[in-house]
Amino acid sequence: MSDITQDGPMLAADGTPLKKSLARALRRQKIRALMLIAPLLIFVLVTFIAPIADMLFRSVENQIVRDTLPRTVVALKDWNPDGEEIPGEAVFQALNLDFQIAAEEKNHTKLGSRLNYESPGISSVFRSTGRGADKIGKDAEKTFTGIDPRWKDPAIWAGIFASPEAETALPRSARAYEAFAKSVRAEGKKEVAKAKLWPVVFSALLDDLTLAQPDAAAVAALPAPGPELVNAALAAGLQPIDAKQAFLEINDGWSKLDLWQTISAYSPPYTAGYFLNAADFEQTSHGIEARPPSERIYLKLFWRTLWMSMTITACCILLGYPVAWLLANLRASTANVLMILVLLPFWTSLLVRTSAWKVLLQQQGVINDLLVWMGLVSDGNRLVMINNQFGTIIAMTHILLPFMILPLYSVMKTVPPSYVRAAKSLGATPWTAFWRVYFPQSIPGIGAGSILCFILAIGYYITPELVGGTEGVFISRYIAYHISTSLNWGLAAALGTILLAAVLLLYYVYDKIVGIDNVKLG
Amino acid sequence: MKLTSILLASSALTLAAGAASAIDLTFVSWGGAYQNSQLKAYAEPYMAEHPDVHIAWDESSAEAVAKLRAMNEAGNVTWDLVDVTVSDSIRLCDEGLAREIDFDTELAAAPDGTSATDDFGATLINDCFVPQIVYSTTFGYRTDLVGDTPPTSVCDIFDLQKYPGKRSLQKRPIDNMEWALYCDGVAEEDIYNVLGTDEGVDRALKKLDTIKDQVVWWTAGAETPQLLADGEVVFGSTFNGRLFSAIVEQNQPIAMLWDMQSYDIDGWIVPTGLDAEKEAVVMDFLKFATDTQRLADQAKYISYGPARASSAPLVGKLDGTDIDMAPHMPTDPANATNVHRYDYTWWADHRDDLDAKFQAWLAQ
Amino acid sequence: MTDATTGGDAAFVEFDHVQKSYDGETLVVKDLNLSIAKGEFLTMLGPSGSGKTTCLMMLAGFETATHGEIRLAGREINNIPPHKRGIGMVFQNYALFPHMTVAENLAFPLEVRKLGKSEREQKVKRALDMVQMGAFGGRRPAQLSGGQQQRIALARALVFEPELVLMDEPLGALDKQLREHMQFEITRLAHELGITTVYVTHDQTEALTMSDNVAVFDDGRIQQLAPPAVLYEEPENSFVAQFIGENNTLEGVVQEIKGDIAVVKLDDGELIDCKPVNVSKAGERTRVSIRPERVETNKARLQPGAHTLKAEVLEFIYMGDIYRTRLRVAGNDDFVVKTRNAPDQKRMQPGEQIEIGWLPSDCRALDA
Repeated sequence: MSDITQDGPMLAADGTPLKKSLARALRRQKIRALMLIAPLLIFVLVTFIAPIADMLFRSVENQIVRDTLPRTVVALKDWNPDGEEIPGEAVFQALNLDFQIAAEEKNHTKLGSRLNYESPGISSVFRSTGRGADKIGKDAEKTFTGIDPRWKDPAIWAGIFASPEAETALPRSARAYEAFAKSVRAEGKKEVAKAKLWPVVFSALLDDLTLAQPDAAAVAALPAPGPELVNAALAAGLQPIDAKQAFLEINDGWSKLDLWQTISAYSPPYTAGYFLNAADFEQTSHGIEARPPSERIYLKLFWRTLWMSMTITACCILLGYPVAWLLANLRASTANVLMILVLLPFWTSLLVRTSAWKVLLQQQGVINDLLVWMGLVSDGNRLVMINNQFGTIIAMTHILLPFMILPLYSVMKTVPPSYVRAAKSLGATPWTAFWRVYFPQSIPGIGAGSILCFILAIGYYITPELVGGTEGVFISRYIAYHISTSLNWGLAAALGTILLAAVLLLYYVYDKIVGIDNVKLG
Repeated sequence: MKLTSILLASSALTLAAGAASAIDLTFVSWGGAYQNSQLKAYAEPYMAEHPDVHIAWDESSAEAVAKLRAMNEAGNVTWDLVDVTVSDSIRLCDEGLAREIDFDTELAAAPDGTSATDDFGATLINDCFVPQIVYSTTFGYRTDLVGDTPPTSVCDIFDLQKYPGKRSLQKRPIDNMEWALYCDGVAEEDIYNVLGTDEGVDRALKKLDTIKDQVVWWTAGAETPQLLADGEVVFGSTFNGRLFSAIVEQNQPIAMLWDMQSYDIDGWIVPTGLDAEKEAVVMDFLKFATDTQRLADQAKYISYGPARASSAPLVGKLDGTDIDMAPHMPTDPANATNVHRYDYTWWADHRDDLDAKFQAWLAQ
Repeated sequence: MTDATTGGDAAFVEFDHVQKSYDGETLVVKDLNLSIAKGEFLTMLGPSGSGKTTCLMMLAGFETATHGEIRLAGREINNIPPHKRGIGMVFQNYALFPHMTVAENLAFPLEVRKLGKSEREQKVKRALDMVQMGAFGGRRPAQLSGGQQQRIALARALVFEPELVLMDEPLGALDKQLREHMQFEITRLAHELGITTVYVTHDQTEALTMSDNVAVFDDGRIQQLAPPAVLYEEPENSFVAQFIGENNTLEGVVQEIKGDIAVVKLDDGELIDCKPVNVSKAGERTRVSIRPERVETNKARLQPGAHTLKAEVLEFIYMGDIYRTRLRVAGNDDFVVKTRNAPDQKRMQPGEQIEIGWLPSDCRALDA
């Protein structure tokens, strides 16, 4: 009681400040609440948040160029991509080393595919170069073994490059050897000192000995027989590799300015390229440009996805509203039977329902047969109702209808019949009573149903894929295509991110216009 | 009394199973009749010989590359043997996702001593791919919808005057682009030279444009036989084995159009990074499953040609029937008068480019 | 005010042999005859399921009569849809349109009648002022208290100047104090505007305090139609006696009827004199009804001619202004007596044996 009269902070009965003791009590509550939701939280984090974060990251991530061609990327900094000339020998020397290592590690095709997304044609250059690049190394190998056959012995290399001096004396060879050793160790089948050497180490060694004078002191400090072998080779009058010519011989794609501009443009570790691509733009050395008309597909697909989803949602409202009204105004027993009919589609597999629509709608299908039999349509002019947008809209409306009816029903259930009665008693005709009084009160249900239907529709994949042909497919088809067929996961991630952003944006707009408080799910 | 004996028996079984340290393997294939032929011809006989090996099947071959890549990134490869097409095997091998195989030491030689390399011959495409069957993508047509003049050439697909109605084509550039160029007057041997240029690609797409609005695009092999059976399409391309079942086993009014059939090969790859014990079992299975007799046995269940030359003479009749399989094989001389030689390496190099262009064309 | 029984030409609302059945098997309203004069405030009172709300809904047009005629100002309205009847209505939950402001709610009936904007505004303002809610036009119903919503609902039902207003338990959701206040407001308005009001409630106090006439419903029939005082003082049958106010009943058999005295032999053998109301001959079973406040426990105050009986006190409850005593009388353990808290009134102890008495005229012999 005394704490009321004293100055300073309020104290609890045991003398601790009241604020602190309140915080402690609340903390215990918070921890308990946290523990209660922890299983769900962890589940959501692992299965939902983390993959979405990963997707967002993938849509901008572009480490692959730097990781696969590290020296080339550095050497390219001195090259002017806006000029008319392809890079010079220095870049090709770096490329020679990078590419041979990448080919041994089997990374070059991944990079080729990656760059091919930006500039079609690069993939084939990379693949064919991957098959021929080790010839440069093999030629170097012949040169060295010609000078001294001991160069062929992996154990000698293991000895030399175990020494810290090798890094100073023969830097390029040390890198190449390091990559080789790492790969052998990872495979775990042979000892590094016994495994067959990659040809690239010879090519790197040739570079080390011809491109610059190696540090004599460091060479002398190499373990035996290192100094002896190196000095013998130096004395043999080695010719440097003409990397540029060698690469142009393997594939003349390397002489194309466009290829180098692409590598240069995509050398930073993060890129907007996937997003540009997803919006039918591309990054060129002249800046961002629209893709050629024949390659512009995504904006069109986004637009189609949006308007078809809206059409489907509108169809769901038109068909679902009367049903929901009937459900809400029938006797409970009858309403329950009707509700089962509404829910029935939920209990049937999605594929089965979609296939059923195929059977119904196809040209030799039930509906066409019926129309022909009734004489409404001639046998030669059967209606095309599937493998187009019509098919997608019909099948999706059927599938999403329950998602519209249920929220509508639950909202209509809460609108007392007295409102319409009141309106009528005030002199409103049945239509006015409905339109001015009942309908506005069912808007929260329409809102909830529309959000559900629209968001489900916008990301739907399997149904449009099965009944939509080429005209009636959504952007989801291309996301799936880039995930499982073209393996362009970055573009798939960018498309997915844009879709996610579009949904969030629409949700925001909806909140501003209708108000999210006006959405009732039950 | 009875209960006790059951309990005893089951615990004994459990012990026995524990002692033999059963090995669970996951094989990946395409499902349907093809996977069934693999089960009957190799997996069941192998499991009969090795009771400790248990094989589970995953029907994911269509997404094999994507899934293997994802598993590899996650560092948890759960597949042990994967059935893939040649083009997928090239990508997997190039990216180091498939193990390289020494064919002569790790696979069985032919009964007459011919080395595996020679016996498989031209079907060996790269270092990772063990071929099983040769199949072809070719056309079937509705015999009742083509009038009195059944089609004889693949170019009839492009003739909407003579054969009006829908056609089903696979939703990918491979084969379709070649057929389009061939029917646009390019000689078979020049197809890839032409297709290698931007003008060639445009020319092929332009030819396909002439029938684009009459095409139903398929992604699963079962779609074309279904569309043909329903009379939804007049022509449809699919794998010859699927057409064989529709024609011979289901007696549908469908006939084969072998002209310009496109040979393809299907086979196994072993994912990299298996643990040694599993790898040993998988390699043992692979040796067994790709020997001469086993490949010939497979042809009893499905009309795909064995990849080994030495298996061809052993091909018999459809299992449980009197139907001779040889005339239904894509490699039968009567069927192979005019064939299209699908160039895997060319496609491996150009697939990324052409896929992008083809998909853009589809969406236009 | 006109008398309850006034009918014929003066009747404004008439129910003529009206019957209503929902399922075709049972009648919810059985042969209803009722006429309401212009300007009258009539309350339909009864327990739930008695048919009173159904009658109101038939009058409003939301239910159709299965048989019989309903007339409004001499015109048969059975087949006229509700929106053409021009009857104002106040609902139990007020039914104010939640998506409109108060002013919009009030303007709604004027709008559908296609009144001009200025006329609308003027009428809305007048209606709001009438219920002292002039400042609330811009609010939404959800921002108002229960009592305020009630006033708005009332104003909305009156704003288009109907001649007949129906109210369906309009005060049910209010607390006691507010309810009493609104009862007064509603009667005041009804009388000031001279409109005919049909009011449905199950609260007898409300019915008694507000109405010109009360129709007591039970089992689909009007049990009694009378002004409140008559209803309370002279219930015509045991249902009305039970339903209106507190009531003690003693059961017995009519011994003989002599003019306005019926001698009833109670079940424990005691003979008492009663006023015969709906007993006609000796030998009939009867239920004798006595109001608790008409029983005298103070011998000194017993009036001459009063009948006395022995009683045992079972319970005594002090309630401030009155004492409420539960007695055992003639075998009935629930015999309640209410006595005024007066200096000469003694507080009784449970177990005490006392003598009570009442006038034969306060003791009504009703149907069993």
